[in-house]
Amino acid sequence: MSHQIRRLSFILAVALVALLANLAVTQVLQSDSLRLRQDNTRLLLEEYGRERGAIVVDGVAIAKSVKTSGTLAYERRYPGGEAFAPATGFYSLVYGATGIERLYSPILSGRDDRLIVDRLQQLIAGKQPKGGVVTLTLRADMQRAAYDALAGRAGSVVAMDAATGEILTLVSSPSYDPGAISQNNPAKVREAYTALLDSPLEPMMNRPLTQSLPPGSTFKLVVAAAALESGRFTADSVLPGPAAIALPNSTKKLHNWQLGPCSKSGKVTLRRALEVSCNTAFAWLGMQLGADALEKQAQAFGFNDSFAVPLVAAASVFPASLDEAQTAMSSIGQFDVRATALQMAMVTAAITNSGNLMAPHLVKNVMSADLAVIESTSPSFVRSAMSVSNAEVLLDMMRSVVTNGTASSGKIDGITVGAKTGTAESGTAALPHAWFVATGQFQGRNIVVAVVVENGGGAQEVSGNRIAGPIAAAVLKTAFKQGN
Amino acid sequence: MMTSRRNQELALLVLVLGISRLGFFLVDEATKNTAAISRALAVGVAILVFGGHGVIRWLAPAADPLIYPIAVQLNLLGLMMIHRLDVADLLRETSSSPSTPEAASQTVWLMLGIFLACATLWLVRDHRQLQRYTFTAMIFGFALLLLPLLPGLGATVNGARLWIRFAGLSFQPAEVAKIALPVFFASYLAKNRASMTAIKSRFLGIGVPRAKDTGPIVLAWLLSLLVLISQRDLGTSLLFFGLFVGLLYVATGQRTWLVLGAVLFASGAYLGYRLFGHVQLRVMVWLDPFSYSHDQGYQIVQALYGFASGGLFGRGLGQGFSWLVPYAKSDFILSAFGEELGYVGLIALALLFGVLVQRALKIALTTRDDFGQLLAAGLALVLGLQMFVVFGGVTRLIPLTGLTTPFLAAGGSALVANWIMVGLLLRISHTTTLLNAPSQTTTAQTTSSSSTGDAR
Repeated sequence: MSHQIRRLSFILAVALVALLANLAVTQVLQSDSLRLRQDNTRLLLEEYGRERGAIVVDGVAIAKSVKTSGTLAYERRYPGGEAFAPATGFYSLVYGATGIERLYSPILSGRDDRLIVDRLQQLIAGKQPKGGVVTLTLRADMQRAAYDALAGRAGSVVAMDAATGEILTLVSSPSYDPGAISQNNPAKVREAYTALLDSPLEPMMNRPLTQSLPPGSTFKLVVAAAALESGRFTADSVLPGPAAIALPNSTKKLHNWQLGPCSKSGKVTLRRALEVSCNTAFAWLGMQLGADALEKQAQAFGFNDSFAVPLVAAASVFPASLDEAQTAMSSIGQFDVRATALQMAMVTAAITNSGNLMAPHLVKNVMSADLAVIESTSPSFVRSAMSVSNAEVLLDMMRSVVTNGTASSGKIDGITVGAKTGTAESGTAALPHAWFVATGQFQGRNIVVAVVVENGGGAQEVSGNRIAGPIAAAVLKTAFKQGN
Repeated sequence: MMTSRRNQELALLVLVLGISRLGFFLVDEATKNTAAISRALAVGVAILVFGGHGVIRWLAPAADPLIYPIAVQLNLLGLMMIHRLDVADLLRETSSSPSTPEAASQTVWLMLGIFLACATLWLVRDHRQLQRYTFTAMIFGFALLLLPLLPGLGATVNGARLWIRFAGLSFQPAEVAKIALPVFFASYLAKNRASMTAIKSRFLGIGVPRAKDTGPIVLAWLLSLLVLISQRDLGTSLLFFGLFVGLLYVATGQRTWLVLGAVLFASGAYLGYRLFGHVQLRVMVWLDPFSYSHDQGYQIVQALYGFASGGLFGRGLGQGFSWLVPYAKSDFILSAFGEELGYVGLIALALLFGVLVQRALKIALTTRDDFGQLLAAGLALVLGLQMFVVFGGVTRLIPLTGLTTPFLAAGGSALVANWIMVGLLLRISHTTTLLNAPSQTTTAQTTSSSSTGDAR
């Protein structure tokens, strides 16, 4: 029987090899494809089983994970709430992640390769693995001040440090509570999400980055920059400023918002034209400079380009191949010119920063769980949008808009403020958009603010000053509050 | 020689206990488990294991030195994984009604198992005694198989009528039949193999057995079918039929039996497939588990995800999501090993089983009496087939059937039965070694047990 027993032994050995070979296919060769299958809950449990890192502003977490007693070990909470939602985004079981939560997920979850040393240390120390920390450039007080000042009206506020490009305020209103979409109960998440989708004001839209609106008279800053850069005009050049000018090849006329000439003589200096936001003077100026020069200047400030802060901002638009009438309309920020609040903040920042446009950015640094900095964003120069001297002239002109012109609400005691108002027709029967861009200087710091309140006010140019101006002023005041 | 064998065993046991202790330690570290159960188990188990070793020294000093340590190692690894899953249950529980740890009851069964292995050694001083109980074993084995069918005694668990409930205890009699039937088959075949080897005619080049010799195999086949039909238990039915055909081949050396067995198995399987919805479902889930990943295929799909998640080296003890797989402590304990110890860990487990089976077959090869050979080969087959069917089932090599993983899985009946098998193997091994030893006067004197030890 020995022969049969040996044969039996061989058969069983073959069976063993077959088992292990088959298992190698499942466990090693198909490992990754099985791991990534949709209905494999292990990935999710893994992510929710680790303590996801915090998103931090001014040393305080605006998004963090807390331990739960449920099946998923951690739940994402947002102490920053609605005001910070445009920056944080959400982190949802059902709908995935958005915002910084999505872009910095490898860091926050601890999967990033740069955290490998950290992971090893945690492993050796027997600690629960923990994700890295992302610190934003936002200033919590300014963010809250802006969000509160908008008081639920549809609109955006962006504030930047002109010298570095750091985004200090990124407000979208109305906003939403990311916590509601990031809780661990899928049914409640779906309920909250559907309600937000049904809301006509689109609370989940990231307005300051993606909502492009006609910039109205704030665009006159771009035209003025183009005029100075052309070398043909100075602040004191005299321009025609009649009550209305005829648009070439059209029966229409372009009127001043004042419904009269910009001065008794019908002529204004460039400085004065900006102060009183003289439509006819700027339309004439735009036609003199030509569409190409305007386009070139607009693009120098960042128009027609989309960029990542790292959240992706929609490209603001200065249209191509304009005829003369369209050029005239575009010169006052109408026709097809579109700008985001971020874009107008960038225009203002470049003017403030001696013509140098700095890359706007939202992330200050990235740290491992034990707070060792593994990456930090340094200021990055994009391009010179205008010469240093012209920028100084234009900045000075913006200041006189506050002291002698339409932007009186920008006045703040002890702070040098320059500004420009805008009231942009939205093209429909709805109320126009109220714009206000401002730049404040105090103790060597340059901070710019762009505010837009959608369909915010009356048809008069004053609405920018009356509605958007106080919001910008509140943000600037907070920015330069003593102790900051 | 005997002393050195036992010293080898002792050294291996120290290693085995060390590995198991390390496993428990890693589980408790990873899960931050502070309950004292691990330490309590460690001390109790160590005493028990060395106690068992002492009994082997006394009753079967010449037995194979690998069998007992491997059985202990497998059992303790299983215990460790059950403990790990207990901790997972505890962590996920919301304070109310803390479940009693299954590791504790498994330890009790382990104690009983080692005790019964020792009792087997004490009661069966020579395995050839068992040959006297040929038909007792048959009746006992068949009765055990059919016991759950008795109304009032049998209980249906998860669709299979495998259990008997008596006085609050539940027990799977088929597990004990896994010992009784090899004893019966081995002694029956040992007596009749001479006449069965005789072939009168040939057909198409293969020998055709006489009609009267085909009786037993048909009977075994019918019994397997009966088990399959009445208890809806694919695994047990397959195991017994495979065991019988395998032993028939070993006894007669005629491949005819293998061919006939294969034909009968195929027809039985086809019959089962056509007749029973649950068999069809098993096959369908086997072929395409992901289409059933939320219902009937949930368990196997979760197991496959567990294997995939473990990858080559595993996630580490206590660090996977092995508790996601339903019945991870019993039927699917291999998926828990695969997830936390990886492919490498499963290779190690498979090799442990492989070595255990090969040692049993080695005993079969060296034993001189037919009954001993067939019994050892039968026990090796029971272990090997079970392992193959379970391992293949959870890894989707073959359709899933309801067999328990020997030594590893939580479950008292199977564990006790496996330990009795260990006792029998040790006994055959000891007897064989003594009989084969040329003249071991000195060693023979050290054993007080063997009645056959007189080598002079």
